[in-house]
Formats: sequence, C-alpha cells, structure tokens
Amino acid sequence: MTPATVTGPGTARVLDALAAVHDPELDEPITALGFVRDCAVSPEGDVDVVLRLPTPQCAPNFAFLMAADARRVVRRLPEVRKVSVRLEDHYTGQEINAALARGDGFAGAFPGETADDDLEALRALFVRKALVGRQSRLCEALLAQGLTAEEVAGLRVAELPDVRDARRCLELRALLGLACTEDAPAFVLPTGEPVAAAELKRWLRMARLVRMSLEVNGGICRSLLKARHGVEIDDPEEGVEI
Amino acid sequence: MYEKDGEKYFVVDGHLHFWDASPENWVTGQEQYAKGWIECFHAYQGLGPAETHWPIEKFQKYTEDDFVRDVFEEGHVDFGIFQSTYLTEWYKDGFNTAAKNAALVEKYPDKLIVNGRFDPREGEAGLRQLEEDAKRYNLKGVKVYTAEWFHGSRGWTLRDPEAQFFLEKCQELGIKNIHAHKGPTIWPLDKDAFDVRDVDYAATNFPELNFIVEHVGLPRIEDFCFMGTQEPNVYAGLAVVIGGLMHARPRFFNKVMGELLFWIGEDKMLFASDYAIWEPKWQVEGFVNWTMPDREEYSDYPAVTTATKKKIMGLNAAKLYGIEVPAEYQLKEAGTPAAKEDAQLVESA
Repeated sequence: MTPATVTGPGTARVLDALAAVHDPELDEPITALGFVRDCAVSPEGDVDVVLRLPTPQCAPNFAFLMAADARRVVRRLPEVRKVSVRLEDHYTGQEINAALARGDGFAGAFPGETADDDLEALRALFVRKALVGRQSRLCEALLAQGLTAEEVAGLRVAELPDVRDARRCLELRALLGLACTEDAPAFVLPTGEPVAAAELKRWLRMARLVRMSLEVNGGICRSLLKARHGVEIDDPEEGVEI
Repeated sequence: MYEKDGEKYFVVDGHLHFWDASPENWVTGQEQYAKGWIECFHAYQGLGPAETHWPIEKFQKYTEDDFVRDVFEEGHVDFGIFQSTYLTEWYKDGFNTAAKNAALVEKYPDKLIVNGRFDPREGEAGLRQLEEDAKRYNLKGVKVYTAEWFHGSRGWTLRDPEAQFFLEKCQELGIKNIHAHKGPTIWPLDKDAFDVRDVDYAATNFPELNFIVEHVGLPRIEDFCFMGTQEPNVYAGLAVVIGGLMHARPRFFNKVMGELLFWIGEDKMLFASDYAIWEPKWQVEGFVNWTMPDREEYSDYPAVTTATKKKIMGLNAAKLYGIEVPAEYQLKEAGTPAAKEDAQLVESA
C-alpha cells in the first residue's frame, strides 16, 4: 500500500519504518490501513509525514498513539534531520499536533484531561485483545489442518508455522512481557498461562469474537476511507464472497 | 409492513432522526466540529447502496416530506422511535432535539414516539428538565450519548455517581428504556471511551430498566456480547450493523449477526435504520431477504428463521415500548415473546 501522495526520494525507507506502527485498536499497520496520506523527505533529510484517519471523530487517545509512534520510528532512522508528523482532518488535531511538535506526551496535548502521559494502560489493554484475536486465527488454521485440541494445546513456540499471525503473536507477547522462548507454550492467556486442551473450544469461541470485532472495525475504517476520500485499500480479512 | 413469501413483518424502526445540520445551525466558533460531525455521518451513508446516497446539502437538512416518504411510504416502517441527540455545543438549535422530533410526532401520533435524553453533568437543572420532558412528551425511553461535550468536559459514563440519580429518576417517571450510545471521547481521555462496562454496572443496579446498547457497542462488539450474555435487561440496537455492513461488508455482516444471535439471542436484538444516515427501505428488504450462507465458517451459529426475523424487525421493540401489534403480524408458532411472558406470570403466581 502506498500513500495517496509520496514525494521526493528516500521515502521508501520511511514508509518501511512506518509499517511497524500499528493501529492499536485494529492491530494492523497504519500503512496497510491507508492512514499515511503523505510522506515527503527533503534533500537535507527533513521528513514530513501526514496521517489521515477514516473520520475526524476517531478517538483522540488512539489517534495520538499512532501519531506519536510514527514520529518515534521515523526519528530513529539514520540520516534523518527534522521530523514532522501531523494529523490531518481530526477534531482534536490541533491539540495533538501542537503536542507532537513540542515533543510532549498525551498529557501535554490535553492538560488536566488525563493522568496517563504515555497511555500505557490503554495500549496494554489493546495488545491483550490483539493477542487473543491473532491466536484464534492461528488456532483455527491449525485445527483446520487436522490437529486435535490436545495437539494444539501441547504446541510450543518453536513448533508454530512461520506465518504472519504467528510472528505477530510473538511481537505482542514480547510487548506484554510474556515468555517467547522456543519451549514456551504456543497458545497462552493474557496472563501467560497456557490454554488447557479441555478449555480450548470454549476459549476459541470467545477469542473468535474478539478477532471478529477487530476485523469488522478494520473493515468499517476501510469503507469509510473509501467513502470519504476514494481511497481503495485491500482488505486481507474480508475475502471474497462466494 | 413488509410482506415476503406470504409472511407479514411488523416493522419498528428503533432509531430515527430528524436533524438540522445545515450551516445556518452551526454555532459560531464551533463550525469545524459541526461540519466534521455531519460529514462523518455522510461518509457512513456511503456504506449503503449507491442509489441511496444523498448529496451533502440534502443530508445536512432534509424535509418533512423526505422523512414521511423514506420512512413510512417507501420504507415499510409501521412505527418509529426518535432518538434525540442534542449536541448544542455545536448546533445552535441542537442537532435533533426532542422538541424538533416532537413536532413530527404530533402529526403522526399513531406512528411515532420520541425519546428524550439526559446528561448527568447538568445536575439538578437536568433532573428537572427530564421531569418536564417526561411529562410533555410522555417519554418511554431516553437516549444517552456519553461522548457529548459539555462546558469543557468531553464525556461521562453511566457509572458516574451523578448518573445514578438520573437513572433513579427514569425509573420513577416510568422511562423504561435507556438507549446507550458510546462515542469517541470520555473523561479522562486516556480511558477507552467505547468501553461498555458502565452499561453493565447500570444494568445490574437497575434491573427494572432496559438498556439498549446502540450500534451493538461498535467498535467493541466483543465487550458488548460478553456483557449482554450475562445481563437479562441488556439489548442490542442493530443500527449500523445492518446499514453499515449488510451492503458494504456482507461477510462481516453474516459473522456479526451470527455472533449476536449466539451471545445475545434473537429475543434481544432490535432493528433500527438510523435514518437519515441510511434509508429504511433497502435495510428492511435486505434483512428479510438475507439468509446465513451454508458454509463451514458459519456452521455453529444459531439458525435464522422467519420468527427470528419477525422478532428482530419489530416484535421485540414493540414489547419494550408497549406498541400494539395486530394479530396478523404475530408469530404463528408457540413460544412467542408474549406467550413466554404469560408463562412466567403463571409460574410466579
């Protein structure tokens, strides 16, 4: 997915870096969601990124997290000078952009309206949801391949297939401080406890709902971007109606 | 009324608006919010079939003739419920206040009712206003929008101590139906504003009230389902599910309906068009004609029967609001909602 406009050379590595920024609510990269509206790199190495969310009413806390994360990953790149990340067409964009320009946290954007400057609690809540959702997709794929509940519950990290969902599960586990070693259980509760074979079916019923919620929200975001700005983005999860 | 294959469906539209979002009604200095709000709604209309899209000018302010034609004449709606939404910080005369909606109710008293609203941040004055509104409009329900801005505050929750006084007042005034609508802001801003657990809290503390979660808690369907499956007085308002997904994302629509039928059940799901975001006609026809595809991924969802659709289209809402439904629309099978209630009465006697 490329943004609506990309100007100047050197934007590819910036976009690569931005692909690591996930929408915390959807657990998908902001580049795949079409949220990067513009990305420009000057000959001197100044980077200018413009983000545009599906509606001006997207929640301010998630909007801030994406913009702040975008700024952080671009600043880490070598040979980058000034970095500007701006949120466009958002009802709290003024507050958020001013805070970003100052290098402030969330409390700097909304003084007196929050006690959590880095939004860690909110972020952790959605990382847990994302892990549950990803694991359900992985689990269903393995069951569809013919594995039994006992076999799935007995799997170790090292035995997981090398697919995107499995790699993302490990990233999410790392963010939560859960074990990611090769001998760690492959399917875990947000506490790190393994999912028991006897509980797998019940767990999957709930986990599947969490995943559906994330996917549907992603679908609505894509539909709105298309309706508002004519931006067409592939939806990997919706598939084709047969 | 909609008829299909000899079956007659009584249609209650649980979420109607008659709004004025035209530039003349924008509050000076707040234009960007007033404009952003209605443009956001307009984008949602884009998720329906192309032939039902309106130009933004008409969408900002439509006429009474548009309403009557789209809802009653072409939209199959037998009975409609206005959900008043004020947003007076952004719109001079409000977005669609009870007073504006009530003017239409007066003309069509057999087909429309209006729900009021409350905001616990208004304190004593708000309680008095609720009493007045209840009397003036004979309120049976209220819509609460927790993301509304008010004097520098960007939201509230049904768990707030002040909200309990308002729920008590609703109970006292015979306002049985509380429609809860989550939005993007809430105080403090670091919390998940879409979290529906405050509805859980209120539903447990006020078992005699019904809590209809608008848009099934989107974007937190999972939290809503986990809550709704435990609370007998929590209902799913289907606005946005049908309008936003049935046409634009049919596979997701199947899944959301399947999960709602599994966790919440067909007796607690209520049709709503969210007009004028979407016209009811294509939603009513599309839903009655919809079937769950016979595919593995949908195989453990409950069956969707004619009775399921009749309940969701109108019988469930009619029960909550005491709307009289002619016999020809009632379920033919045993175990209708009314029969269930009778059975409970017999058992408890």
